Amino acid sequence: MTAATGIGARVLRTEDRRFLTGTGRYVDDLPLARATYAYFLRSPHAHAKIKSLDTAAAKAMPGVVEIFTGKDTADAKVGGLICGWVVKDKHGQPHKAPPHPVMALDTVRYVGDTVAMIVANSHAEARDAAEAIAVDYEVLPANVDLARAFDKDVPEVHPEAPGNLVYDWEIGVKADADAAFAKAAHVTKMDIVNNRLIPNAMEPRAAAADYDKGTGNYTLWSTSQNPHVLRLILSAFVLGIPEHKLRVIAPDVGGGFGSKIFCYNEETMVTWAASRVGRPIKWTAERSESFMTDAHGRDHITHAELALDKDGKFLALKVDTIANMGAYLSTFSTAVPTYLYATLLAGQYTTPVIYANVKAALTHTAPVDAYRGAGRPEATFVIETIVSKAAAELKMDSAELRRRNFIPSTAFPYQTPVALQYDSGNYPPIIDEAIRIADYKGFESRRAEAKSRGKLRGIGFSSYIEACGLGPSRVIGQLGGGVGQWEAAQIKFNPTGNVQVMTGAHSHGQSHETTFAQIVSDKLGIPIETVEVVHGDTATTPFGMGSYGSRSLAVGGSAIMKAADKIIAKGKKIAAHLMEADVADVVFEQGTFKVAGTDKSVPLGATVFAAYVPHNYPLEELEPGMDENAFYDPSNFVYPAGTQICEVEIDPDTGVVEVVNHTAVDDFGNIINPMIVDGQVHGGIAQGVGQALLEMAVYDKETGQLVSGSFMDYTLPRADNVPSFKLANKVTPCPHNPLGVKGCGEAGAIAAPAAVMNAVHDALAPLGVKHVPMPATSLNVWQAIHGGN
Amino acid sequence: MYDFAYHRPKSLAEAAAALKGKPEGRVMSGGMTLIPTLKQRLAKPSDVVDLNGIKELAGIKVEGNGVTIGGMTRHFDVASSADVKAAIPALAHLAGHIGDPAVRNRGTMGGSVANNDPAADYPAAVVALNATVTTNTRKIAADDFFKGLFETALEDGELVTAISFPKAEKAAYMKFPNPASRYAMVGVFVAKTAGGVRVAVTGAGPCVFRVKEMEDALAKNFSSDAIKDIKVPADGLNSDIHGSAEYRAHLVTVMARRAVDQANK
Repeated sequence: MTAATGIGARVLRTEDRRFLTGTGRYVDDLPLARATYAYFLRSPHAHAKIKSLDTAAAKAMPGVVEIFTGKDTADAKVGGLICGWVVKDKHGQPHKAPPHPVMALDTVRYVGDTVAMIVANSHAEARDAAEAIAVDYEVLPANVDLARAFDKDVPEVHPEAPGNLVYDWEIGVKADADAAFAKAAHVTKMDIVNNRLIPNAMEPRAAAADYDKGTGNYTLWSTSQNPHVLRLILSAFVLGIPEHKLRVIAPDVGGGFGSKIFCYNEETMVTWAASRVGRPIKWTAERSESFMTDAHGRDHITHAELALDKDGKFLALKVDTIANMGAYLSTFSTAVPTYLYATLLAGQYTTPVIYANVKAALTHTAPVDAYRGAGRPEATFVIETIVSKAAAELKMDSAELRRRNFIPSTAFPYQTPVALQYDSGNYPPIIDEAIRIADYKGFESRRAEAKSRGKLRGIGFSSYIEACGLGPSRVIGQLGGGVGQWEAAQIKFNPTGNVQVMTGAHSHGQSHETTFAQIVSDKLGIPIETVEVVHGDTATTPFGMGSYGSRSLAVGGSAIMKAADKIIAKGKKIAAHLMEADVADVVFEQGTFKVAGTDKSVPLGATVFAAYVPHNYPLEELEPGMDENAFYDPSNFVYPAGTQICEVEIDPDTGVVEVVNHTAVDDFGNIINPMIVDGQVHGGIAQGVGQALLEMAVYDKETGQLVSGSFMDYTLPRADNVPSFKLANKVTPCPHNPLGVKGCGEAGAIAAPAAVMNAVHDALAPLGVKHVPMPATSLNVWQAIHGGN
Repeated sequence: MYDFAYHRPKSLAEAAAALKGKPEGRVMSGGMTLIPTLKQRLAKPSDVVDLNGIKELAGIKVEGNGVTIGGMTRHFDVASSADVKAAIPALAHLAGHIGDPAVRNRGTMGGSVANNDPAADYPAAVVALNATVTTNTRKIAADDFFKGLFETALEDGELVTAISFPKAEKAAYMKFPNPASRYAMVGVFVAKTAGGVRVAVTGAGPCVFRVKEMEDALAKNFSSDAIKDIKVPADGLNSDIHGSAEYRAHLVTVMARRAVDQANK
């Protein structure tokens, strides 16, 4: 092991070799012999009754193998898709849980809802047959407008959720908040919408399944972020097959951002149908299908109020949010606007009293669930925009108001009023560094220079904190989560000294094959080339909870460290035997076992060989082999925090917003690979800029159609929409995991929208503009300036 | 795609023969519009007649007082042509900003003009420069060519073989792109030629249109100040999630002024 490949090194990625030479192997690439191809017939209506469905003509078409409808799956008693997190409402009652059938039986509830699955010898033949299926729909009124979801005259999505209310949840004590507000010297109020987003991973969702008649074993290849969790859900809750008879493999996966966590209709259907069809079934979403049916993100309407004293200290925060669930409850949907959102409302501040009320609503739109940040971008957007608004109202510097309210570095562990206890942090040096890098002091002269060119410059802050590294299982259980959130690792040496590290985490862009190898190489003192990281296959990896919520390093990496500790402990015993020393005198340094105070030493590789060829070996006290596993359940979440500063320049003639500078200073604890951390922040900021300025999922209020159904109308950020980012890191190690790490995967997307929107508002304030909705498209900005249509 | 009969003629005569008697037949030039349309099953032609085998349809000639560009000439070739850059740099600039590099390597002027997408760029240039469209049967003046939404004066089986653009004394094209598709939400081509001043707007309405009031003002005084208070009516302009009709109307004036400033550089 060298400094060039250990913890902290900018090691180039192992994964890039195959990804950049076209030799990655994604689900769609799988060559399955005698494969059939599935195509899903989808509802063209936002809300309709299926009066009749005739597949006779379609079944007779060339190449068609079988056609399944919602009636077939209902008759076969296929279970519905589950929502795995039971949220209790403010009266202690579990949320309304309407059924989520794997295919629609008599009612379709959003454009894209699954109606039938056609299996044919080719994709084209399946598609041709789909067009021959005669569906008689009785179109019903639909509501796609979240703001109207609870209105009396609006159609109900499910009778099981009267008035479209899934739950009415709260955290904190409203009376306490009201009392604090009564004493306030100043109250800032704000109404905001957190705009609905469509994830658009580069690789669309795909699934392929095969059933072995001889053994009764199912194999499902899926673009899943969590193959074991998918296997558990499908076997135990949906398909009723024994868990050990289903193997789930997530091979190379091209991005997830949360959208590939959930158990979806299509992967369920291809698995179920594989045993009925008797040939493998392959399915890959078309991009327009992904737009319609991948779980969407965000979509909150919020009213927030911040109470401050005469010195600008925050006294209390009150938040009222309506969160869109879509037409059906996706796997983790209920937790996102509650436990992943409201518990972050303290931000980096000492606000002593916080009350939040969240009402979850059903609409005739695609299901909404976690998307990069999952609840934390929504929380950060509320806090950081209301804080900047308060600063503007009080004519106080935006950074100064934040500084006055930061939790001091001496206050950790810090118990927030919203359940979470922050373990570590030091916020003032972060904002200081961001201010220096962004040349905040020079901003006003840049604003004046821009004005001389007829342009408007603005600068905005976003000091975020988030809770990730899910998570302590006991806490998750107390909050209604149906699973644990530990992680597993297995370190298995071969006799010749190379090692496989099996992890329950999954890499779909996170670079675990590189970073986890760095950790093992560093800890065990072995060359990184001898370490292979294995993930994604339930048959070859220990049960793990998968990758999301920026957990893989903090939880998965910690499991690896514990397994490595076990390797070292066993190695010490073997080395002691080989060196004829007392095990208490053996130390392990840089890959070698030594007897302290002597020149006796034995490399790790020798102990590995001895373990597999135990001729000179303490067999009476120690088993052969060098193969250890560990499970790690974290004692707390981890709390990365930072400050972003965004500087924009707006053209008042067109409303176009240009991001001219974007600075991010983050505390991710100890850093394993700075290059990969930078990459995560780059991507996160780009997605955050996308939310702030460009992206908007739009359903037509009259027809319920998804208007933003392709890249012609849904604006993903491109390279020319963002500048080169300026990044830096501060380090307060996490005190409760062995690597001292905090998660970094979502932070960029969590902080950026507020920084950008605060900059936009700062730029337009001189024109008297009070509010620009997010995204601040050129149209929205121009309308805000000109107050018209 | 639905199934169709594919033809790759080697001459215009062969192309015309392949199209004859096939009312559901479609012509393919670059395919940058047709192929996505076919993939999404939004069209079901009986035949596709691919013009890419007809070599004489591509090419740029300096002729008379301008340039003549063959119907199958790629956007990339127009953008990088020394002849076009010398004669009408604004036209080369326009071509260089159509779509993206992949689209520019395949897309053709004849295809774009014959399709007449309301957000295409070339129609603004054709009208503003008062170009002449030559087909396999006749010549058509710019003002007579573009009829309506995706509608042109072309008869069934009639193919654009070349477009002749006169040199301009001053010309520029300013495009405000749709942020998602990067098509023109509003694109204004302003040109001062021997024949006078023309202002042609694409993207804002169902079809390219001229703004006579701006043309008259610029004829008297070719400066952006001369048109700063001229507004086009929002009535009849396109409206979508990216831009209301009023916003587009506003952008027409903004882009026209910027085009005049650019033309005066």
